[in-house]
Amino acid sequence: MTVSTTLLGLLEPEPSHGYELKRGYDSLFGADRQLSFGQVYGTLNRLERDGLVTAGGPAPGSGPDRKRFAITPDGVAALEEWLDRPEPPEPHLQPVLFAKVVLAVLSGRPAARYLDTQRAAHLERMRSLNTQRRSSRLTESLTAEYGLFHLEADLRWMDLTAARLDQLAAEVSR
Amino acid sequence: MTAATLTARAVTKTYGTTTALHDATVTIAPGEILAVLGPSGSGKSTLLHCLGGVLRPDAGEVWLGDLRVDRLGERARTVLRRDRFGFVFQFGQLVPELPAIENAMLPMLLAGAGWPETRRRAGELFDRLGLAGLAGRRPGELSGGQAQRVAVARALIARPDVLFADEPTGSLDSLAGQQVMDLLVDAVRAQGASLVLVTHEARVAACADREIVVRDGQVGTLVES
Repeated sequence: MTVSTTLLGLLEPEPSHGYELKRGYDSLFGADRQLSFGQVYGTLNRLERDGLVTAGGPAPGSGPDRKRFAITPDGVAALEEWLDRPEPPEPHLQPVLFAKVVLAVLSGRPAARYLDTQRAAHLERMRSLNTQRRSSRLTESLTAEYGLFHLEADLRWMDLTAARLDQLAAEVSR
Repeated sequence: MTAATLTARAVTKTYGTTTALHDATVTIAPGEILAVLGPSGSGKSTLLHCLGGVLRPDAGEVWLGDLRVDRLGERARTVLRRDRFGFVFQFGQLVPELPAIENAMLPMLLAGAGWPETRRRAGELFDRLGLAGLAGRRPGELSGGQAQRVAVARALIARPDVLFADEPTGSLDSLAGQQVMDLLVDAVRAQGASLVLVTHEARVAACADREIVVRDGQVGTLVES
């Protein structure tokens, strides 16, 4: 999961300060690792340089936290491109898939559709691993099995999440 | 053998006030393996039963090649299911009193085929499905995976155009399930039959050429076309 696209997702509903963005990120996605202020402002500066956010202000007072950042149309396009693109089906995808689902729900986008697109990508990858599993020596076949079990676990998680999107929407939009 | 295309057009099926399937359209090409995915109670099995001539839809059409399945009477559909379709269910549903090989022979015998020819054909399928040496066992003396492979042999013996499998590995552990699926897919491909595979398991779905999803009785795809 990239911090920059996630910050874009958090900025989309309304302009925000760096401090609020850090707080929003940490509460939704920072269970394992919270963002440092340096990361937040470094990322926002890069997004501003690339024309994906604009910085208003500074408001009276001093310090970077006085800047209020807003997503630009290019930023929305970049966010949408990221949400639409299925992730390469590899093991340990849960954090990025979770972020996509939460951000889609937060912005009123069709989270179920993202999950379906990802499911299709996973099944396609599983088909090719199946072929590999059946046509190789046991050593290679067991490597394919490892991938298959992980993708299968992802898909189960997607089924469960898809069944609970309404609950998730109620919880994250509180 | 040239299998026929199986098509459901705008099929609707209602149980009382519950619409189990609404306006379902799907085509299975000859030799194609299609996975039918969807949550429990979504209408997957109803779709399979309408396609397989087990249920008559309330509206819509089901075609096997140029044969209109949904218009056939009960007796004609029974013959169609026996001669041109094969079925594998979650639990093998074998006849416990009969030896494994005779379970597999039943559809051909019921269709009037001779014993020697039927026995030879069942023997070929037993070899292909890894059941050699188990012909004389009763179903109660087989493992779950072996019993399910006998059910596959029974479903394939009449060289059906289409085989329907409803959660065929649902009662098996993952290793036995994988083995059954590999053998099932190989046998179906070898015969040139089509396979409609209802499953909630990703592993099983990944054996198919493509998948459709049934949700709340509506048929769709994962990726919008």
